[in-house]
Amino acid sequence: MNTAEAQAFSAGHTPILPARAPQLGFHSERLLVIDPLTRRFGDYSIAELPRLLEPGDALVVNDAATLPASLRVDRELELRLVSRESDGSFRAVAFGAGDFRQPTETRGAPRPLGVGNTLTFGPELTATIVDVDAAEPRLLRIRFLATDAALWQALYRYGRPIQYAYANQPLQLWDVQNRYAARPWAFELPSAGRPLTFELLFQLERRGASLAHVTHAASISSTGSDSLDRRLPLAERYEIGEQAARVIARARAEGGRVIAAGTSVVRALEGRAAADGTVRAGSGETELRLSQRYSPRVVDGLLTGLHEPGTSHFDLLEAFAPRPLLLRAVEHAARTGYLQHEFGDSCLVLAGALLERLAV
Amino acid sequence: MDLTGKSALVTGASRGLGRALAEQLAAAGARVVLVARTQGELSGVAQAIREGGGEAHALAYDVSRKEDVYPLAGAAAALVGPIDLLIHNASSLGPTPLRLLLDTECEDLSQVLETNVVGPFRLSRALAGSMALRRTGTIVHISSDASVNAYERWGAYSVSKAALDHLSRLWAAELAERGVRVLAVDPGEMNTVMHRQALPDADPTALANPEHVAARILELLRDERVPSGSRVEAQSWRAA
Repeated sequence: MNTAEAQAFSAGHTPILPARAPQLGFHSERLLVIDPLTRRFGDYSIAELPRLLEPGDALVVNDAATLPASLRVDRELELRLVSRESDGSFRAVAFGAGDFRQPTETRGAPRPLGVGNTLTFGPELTATIVDVDAAEPRLLRIRFLATDAALWQALYRYGRPIQYAYANQPLQLWDVQNRYAARPWAFELPSAGRPLTFELLFQLERRGASLAHVTHAASISSTGSDSLDRRLPLAERYEIGEQAARVIARARAEGGRVIAAGTSVVRALEGRAAADGTVRAGSGETELRLSQRYSPRVVDGLLTGLHEPGTSHFDLLEAFAPRPLLLRAVEHAARTGYLQHEFGDSCLVLAGALLERLAV
Repeated sequence: MDLTGKSALVTGASRGLGRALAEQLAAAGARVVLVARTQGELSGVAQAIREGGGEAHALAYDVSRKEDVYPLAGAAAALVGPIDLLIHNASSLGPTPLRLLLDTECEDLSQVLETNVVGPFRLSRALAGSMALRRTGTIVHISSDASVNAYERWGAYSVSKAALDHLSRLWAAELAERGVRVLAVDPGEMNTVMHRQALPDADPTALANPEHVAARILELLRDERVPSGSRVEAQSWRAA
């Protein structure tokens, strides 16, 4: 979040409250539907998602599991992994004294770290700093000494899920996994998928929509530093399989819409799409940043959380709906108690979603 | 299923049937994750597979512990990719010598259910979602004839295996349209450490070799004609 912009927003608008803990309800989350075609929005429940889509539509999810990416050296130093490089090293952001209970922007600066320094997270988990970013001394590249099974077992032993001050309890690893997660590529929960039960996914398919998945290494959402946050999201790797490419091509050919479950899926698909919107199977990295000026090539709609102006996620929404409509909808959401962040409510931005449907 | 290049996870893989399954899956070209509670023996088995040219990774986790399941699922997928074949082989007899129900502590029954039923459920839950999404995958529950026969003194184990058989059928029913095949396999009596713990006086020459049973299970995996939801007796089953 850009602090100045966030403050300007909160001065004139109602803030959206955070969901402070994983919701225990089944299909209890709310779904704010925003339709840029009719310029309307409406209140729904996540249980209604299947009937808001049409036969022929394709819902694309991110099947990355979430790595416990917060590693602690001591009370004064925490590292949060943010990406894994093709050579096996990781990029990480260093945080000073404090823990998740403190807002990241009020955390102390970490002690100076240099190339060659050794970081010990536990008896079986040691890393060497191999690079320090020239402009951002908190942004490091590290290499773990352990490899293969020993490395992953140690990462799971000493890592904790990355979490923020609005959470009222330490998160467990199972709190940050989507139901269909497989490879642990994500450093924070790709949270748009969290309310998607298999009940809903199967219903959606029975109604004639299709499911596809990509794997995208969703990185961290906030570092507490404005200058570092401005560089987010960093380059993220993705993989798009043959099945996803086929489902997306069929939806496009047959007049269906491609709906991304989460901003990470938007980045993977738009990062991969050719100028004509064709998506070929394959893997790569994307540094794509979406905003008002970006015209999506392949993604027609987006299932995501609730986002306030001033966040990079809100900027991304502006690629799919005009700002005045988004501002009205977000104000309504805030006033009527929608909750934000990874355990919060959902929002569907989809042209035509509210045609012939009741809206507020 | 063609096992070449498939990612497989076998629990209870440091000895007996689990070890034989891991070795034969790797020999068939699968990328295998071996799981057991302790690293010692397990690492040796994985090492031997690698030296023989197979791909094997040893992960020390206890499938009866809730805290271990997501680390195991995550580490396994990091090493070999989304899991295509999951074999629930780890299993606990409860305290030995085996005892009458009247002598069985409630806590011992709970612990056996935790290892033999709840553990496999949790691990399937962590891995089968991806199978359902990818519309592919196989899950095998290693059962026992104690699941259908009421042998005296086998109470806790017997109850857990009966529940496991039904869990297998339920997964099969719910995943029927998702391309995920779920089987329960009764391996029969085998010459293993576990069998010696249960029946120390049994004649080992009358017991099946776990390697022969594992080979039979591999045939079963390859033979798609055995429908999902089946419970198969490995020693009497013949490919049609």
